Amino acid sequence: MVKTKGATTQGYKLWMALTGLFLCVFLVIHVLGNLQLFLPAEEARIQFNWYSQLLSNNLIIKIISYVLYLSIIAHVVYAIILSLKKQKANGVKYAYDQRGAVSPWYSRNMGVLGTIIFLFLIVHLKDFWYQYKFTELPLDAHGQKDLYTIVVSAYQELWYVMLYEVGLLALGFHLLHGFFSAIRTLGLYHPKYVKLAKWVAWVYTLAITLGFMAMPIYVYLSH
Amino acid sequence: MKLNLKIWRQENASEKGRLVDYQLDGVTTHMSFLEMMDMLNQLLIEKGERTIEFDHDCREGICGQCGMMINGRAHGPLANTTTCQLHMRSFKDGETIYVEPFRSSAFTVLRDLKIDRGSFDRIIQAGGFISASTGQAPEANSIPIAHETAEAAFDAAACIGCGACVATCKNSSAALFTAAKVVHLAILPQGKLETAKRVDAMVQQMDAEGFGHCSNTEACEVECPQGISVLHIARFNYLYHESRLLSKT
Ligand code: HEM
Ligand code: FES
Repeated sequence: MVKTKGATTQGYKLWMALTGLFLCVFLVIHVLGNLQLFLPAEEARIQFNWYSQLLSNNLIIKIISYVLYLSIIAHVVYAIILSLKKQKANGVKYAYDQRGAVSPWYSRNMGVLGTIIFLFLIVHLKDFWYQYKFTELPLDAHGQKDLYTIVVSAYQELWYVMLYEVGLLALGFHLLHGFFSAIRTLGLYHPKYVKLAKWVAWVYTLAITLGFMAMPIYVYLSH
Repeated sequence: MKLNLKIWRQENASEKGRLVDYQLDGVTTHMSFLEMMDMLNQLLIEKGERTIEFDHDCREGICGQCGMMINGRAHGPLANTTTCQLHMRSFKDGETIYVEPFRSSAFTVLRDLKIDRGSFDRIIQAGGFISASTGQAPEANSIPIAHETAEAAFDAAACIGCGACVATCKNSSAALFTAAKVVHLAILPQGKLETAKRVDAMVQQMDAEGFGHCSNTEACEVECPQGISVLHIARFNYLYHESRLLSKT
């Protein structure tokens, strides 16, 4: 056996799984923090703005956010590399193709779902993250940047709410396969835990996706 | 029954192929898919045309030689069945059936439905063996192996290397095949010792042959005639990461 070194598809997949799972953990924090939007309006404003300020002033959060940016970039870069490789691996296409009958559609379309998420992320970051970090915002009663008002006024437009629902639905299906797939990629192989992994993926996905999806709708209907 | 067949014809590896239409009458539901192909070939011989070439050997589902893409599914519409074990009762009278070779850039089409699966052989050559000095066959009971372990190893070893996993995979990944070979040896005392070197070498070879990555869609397990579990891929991933983390070089 010759021992050779170098990057392998197996190695790329490991990085996709690790970065993907890191993003999954981030989403838990993100959805929990945003639950403050469900508070009564005035309380929500102070709470939400306080929380936003806390995050942007904290050194540890700053470090984590850099890891987060890196993770997204790495995840996308590896997704592109693997997609190009698979295109080469496939070669000539089948004239008549029914292979989809034996696997869930979302597991076969992670790239498409990821692309939708990516486009959604650009809109999302531009409208909130960029505004908060790089523009002058009005201040609330406590002298904190009033991100709450920005969020609430954004969701007054029905088309914008719809845009979010579509983006989040894509995220939901990406998570449903991604969470389970990452665990498989890491190598959890004992049959006892397979069902558990799929079950956890469902619970995780429903909690995150429905949690996020409820926010634009709630804000739209309650303001 | 009467069939409309659309069969892939290709002269050799370098020429382009195409689907050719054939009408076949008098097929019975008891025929296997390959017997139906034989019947068509007989007609072609009588007409003085070149027969349709396809691989087969045992025709009892154990050798892994046969394999076609039938109506867009590896080995046809049934799960866990080889092409030779597929019977015409799975089709309707008057049905149109598409027949194509298993496709992947790591499987070259040699002619018609016949492909070169040498890439699989080279993955095995890279590490799918144990380094033992040859000589007398060792005493069978000198290395105790629990019954469950022997059975588990056999479940992996049941892979017949037909290539359906690659053909049905959206990435043309050889993960299930390679995983079966790696795990088969990794759980036996004779094979365990070289696991790290083996898994590394086989992964490198898998990539060198141009197979894609695994997206865990689990389609391969459904089409695998032996029903090799995708959990072998999970274990293969585990062993690969372990070999990388603990490697001394
Ligand atoms: C919040 C955002 C995201 C999260 C939480 C996430 C999470 C994940 C996870 C956990 C996996 C499974 C990794 C594995 O199979 O081992 C995955 C796979 C994948 N992700 Fe993402 N992802 C996100 C965004 C994106 C984006 C923006 C793209 C692309 C532009 C993308 C493309 C992909 C692709 C193509 C795969 C499948 C890889 C394969 O073929 O196996 N993802 N993602
Ligand atoms: S001919 Fe041997 S498995 Fe089909």
